[in-house]
Amino acid sequence: MSSSPVIIRGTKDGLLVILGEGPWDEILHELMDRLDRTASFFKGARVNLELGEREINEDQLRQVQDLLVSHDIHPSSISANAETTKVAAQGLHLPIADPSRPDGETLRIDRESRRGTLIRRTLRSGQAIQHPGHVVVIGDVNAGAEITAGADVVVFGRLRGVVHAGATGDDDAIVCALDLSPTQLRIGNYIARPPDEHSRGTNKAEIARILDGQIVLERWK
Amino acid sequence: MTTRVVTITSGKGGVGKTTTTANLAASLAQAGKRVVAIDADIGLRNLDVVLGLENRIVYDIVDVVEGRCRLRQALIRDKRLPDLNLLPAAQTRDKSAVRPDQMIHLVEQLYNDFDFVLIDSPAGIEQGFRNAIAPAKEILIVTTPEVSAVRDADRIIGLIEAEGKGPGRLILNRIKPDLVKRGDMLDTHDVLDILAIELIGIVPEDESIVVSTNKGVPIVMNGATPAGVAYRNIARRLLGEEVPFQVLKTTHPGLLDRLFRFARGQG
Repeated sequence: MSSSPVIIRGTKDGLLVILGEGPWDEILHELMDRLDRTASFFKGARVNLELGEREINEDQLRQVQDLLVSHDIHPSSISANAETTKVAAQGLHLPIADPSRPDGETLRIDRESRRGTLIRRTLRSGQAIQHPGHVVVIGDVNAGAEITAGADVVVFGRLRGVVHAGATGDDDAIVCALDLSPTQLRIGNYIARPPDEHSRGTNKAEIARILDGQIVLERWK
Repeated sequence: MTTRVVTITSGKGGVGKTTTTANLAASLAQAGKRVVAIDADIGLRNLDVVLGLENRIVYDIVDVVEGRCRLRQALIRDKRLPDLNLLPAAQTRDKSAVRPDQMIHLVEQLYNDFDFVLIDSPAGIEQGFRNAIAPAKEILIVTTPEVSAVRDADRIIGLIEAEGKGPGRLILNRIKPDLVKRGDMLDTHDVLDILAIELIGIVPEDESIVVSTNKGVPIVMNGATPAGVAYRNIARRLLGEEVPFQVLKTTHPGLLDRLFRFARGQG
């Protein structure tokens, strides 16, 4: 007999329920069966539901949720790779957990798939933006403002504040602005301040990146 | 008739908030508007001195908030300008004596009986500032053409925007045309470039301000001094008049053009 499509496992964060391959009805049936046999054991537990690549719509997800809740088990988060499933989870207001990743292994950053945030106003002195992905500003970043981004920073305006791109240690991150005159510029583990003659607006779009161990600016074409 | 509640603030100290409040209040009263000027700088009150009303204080804003008197008893009417009233700050207390909700309640009691309530904010971004902007419907930001003052004004504009009270309008105070001409001072264009908000007035550096402040007579009551004219123009712009910006003496060519361009562009 092949291994069960439903795996229930205890972790330090609570229960992990993994729904594997196979026809949906069979999975549901199997889950119900397992819960009926062992529910008292899992009662009141918080559950992370791992759905892998499987595409599940909102109704199907609600079936699973109802099933768990009827056994007094409460799904606290969803792990899913399929976009449909994520949308379904959002529809049911279930938080989506980060897909579990092996510890100790350097995470390969997939730049294209990083999420970004768009800020459509001027960032003024004392205002700080922190975002794990890209940050795009349509407006100025005034002196005294700070942007910390996990990936790239693009400013359609004047950049006069402090920017840290690739703040989680990504030395491939870039910073560009229509007028790149930051108080201080940080990319990954590098830090630079513009030469003094650069401190007034250049009115040239420029891009900053790390090249041979230092931050360099070049025309943004 | 709705009452316009205007807070004058700056972030940095010493840029001319109190002088501006006093002169705008006096100008508006001269124009026949019923005005209350509120000094929100509790513990460091000055507006009464600048308006020359210090010796008439009996009750202050803290007395009103703590119920020791009625609001009307604390208002000091200026004998020179009967439409001008002052609600003085307390000198023996500090900013924590009043809360933002109490300020809102207090200003609401002035609705309908007055055309303008001008609130003189203390420097800083702490509770005194919060108290001053809580009841505001309009905000004027005063700055001088110095990097530190402009930086603080930028911070203040950010805080005001976060409160949902709009970016406010800018008064550029103490411009020295000679220094600007030599390129040793930020000019109007530089400041507006950074702050990107609407300009409502430019006030030139004027020695007669010192004299008028020491005498307790707002400069707008004192003939045609450059600063007095500038403050009157701001008051007229507040009232919705289109007043062209003054030609400051010894301006270098192009300043005025750029200034107009900005005034229009940001307006």
